[in-house]
Amino acid sequence: MRNLLVFITKYNAFFLFLIFEVSALVIYIRYNSFQKATFISSTSQVTGAMYTQVNGLKSYLSLSEVNDSLARENARLRNQLKTSFYKDSSVRRQVKDTFYKQQYTFIEAKVINNSTNRSTNYLTIDRGSRQGIAKGMGVICGAGLVGKVVYVGDHLSIVQSLLHKDSRFSAMLAKGKELGYIEWSDDLDPHKGILKDVSNNAQPKLGEQVVTSDYSLFPAGIPIGKISNLHTRAGGYTLNMEVSLAVDFSKLQYVEVVVNKLASEQAGLEAQEKKNE
Amino acid sequence: MSRIILINFLRFTALLFLQVFLLKNITLYNISTPYLYILFILLLPFETPNWLLFALAFVMGLSIDAFYDTPGLHAAACIVLAFVRILFISITVQQEGFDHEPEPTLSTMGFRWFFTYTLILTLVHHFFLFNLEVFRFSEIPYTLGRFVLSSIFTVFLMLLTGFLFFRRKERK
Repeated sequence: MRNLLVFITKYNAFFLFLIFEVSALVIYIRYNSFQKATFISSTSQVTGAMYTQVNGLKSYLSLSEVNDSLARENARLRNQLKTSFYKDSSVRRQVKDTFYKQQYTFIEAKVINNSTNRSTNYLTIDRGSRQGIAKGMGVICGAGLVGKVVYVGDHLSIVQSLLHKDSRFSAMLAKGKELGYIEWSDDLDPHKGILKDVSNNAQPKLGEQVVTSDYSLFPAGIPIGKISNLHTRAGGYTLNMEVSLAVDFSKLQYVEVVVNKLASEQAGLEAQEKKNE
Repeated sequence: MSRIILINFLRFTALLFLQVFLLKNITLYNISTPYLYILFILLLPFETPNWLLFALAFVMGLSIDAFYDTPGLHAAACIVLAFVRILFISITVQQEGFDHEPEPTLSTMGFRWFFTYTLILTLVHHFFLFNLEVFRFSEIPYTLGRFVLSSIFTVFLMLLTGFLFFRRKERK
């Protein structure tokens, strides 16, 4: 027994190393699934508050760029207003529209923490469950698709961006409507994605737009990027192609969270179907 | 004694904030990222007891993790770093008899020793950090590239910091 104690004190550095290393690795493996990372992350009170402060300062530096993008978006939205259309018929009717009901609403949010240089990239936004954000909602910005919400706090949430090795979203070619899914490219380039599993019948062209499909978390037709290279690794019966992403993730300032009114109904129905099988 | 504690506390906060608010946003060609915060662990006094060294390394790692949203990752790498630091100092310092020096800074230990010290410890830390982060063998060439270039960047910043806080009168 005494020899054991002598042995341990003599090599105490090594035993301390083992204890601390094992506890660090346990934390890493246990909380790496991220949804469980409740206590050490940037939604926590302290770090979240600090990021908000610093971000308040930083946002002044890119005011002009934000202004430009907002102006552009304003113009685009104004184009869709009823008032900007020319009325062709002379008969005026008022129709109470009961056919169209709003399915998607958008919550704007500010990005307070962001990364693009790791293999798992996340954004933190300053809206949480108090403002109606829930896990699994899609996130877009003026330029296109950004990612999806993976963890929600009271006032802040964490978004897994498209630049994440596990991110995968349903997408389609804008012209042909052929479905596939979009992933981040393997070489961790923040401007490149890969559109996978498009059927062989599709005839994609360089520069063709890739948009979100009807099966995604998003309204159909949100831009993702443009095809930049057709001859990436052919996948047998399906085509893979390289996409240059529309969103510049390193400059994200404001995003919008997509609230799908029918999402819970759809999820409930699909869960029921699974249960029946 | 209290002066040493105060200095190390200030160094801890300064390096933490520098890392998460400035260096986190700096990436050269999307491949080289500096992790200067480990300088805190490197510069702890020689007489720091082992348990305290590990505890401080663990706390530093977890604080960085809290801002990087990677619980445990930096903590694990910092613990490895602390262990290698103990080995390195026990090998080099006893042989050359530096025992009376309070802190392993550039101004007390000289350029050659400090350069070897930072280089070896940074390489170990970064190697562990990048491989644990990716955790796949398929991206080895890319990970190694990131590891080497980031290490060079970090060591460069460390030497720069060393010269910035160089105090001539301490030099023998």
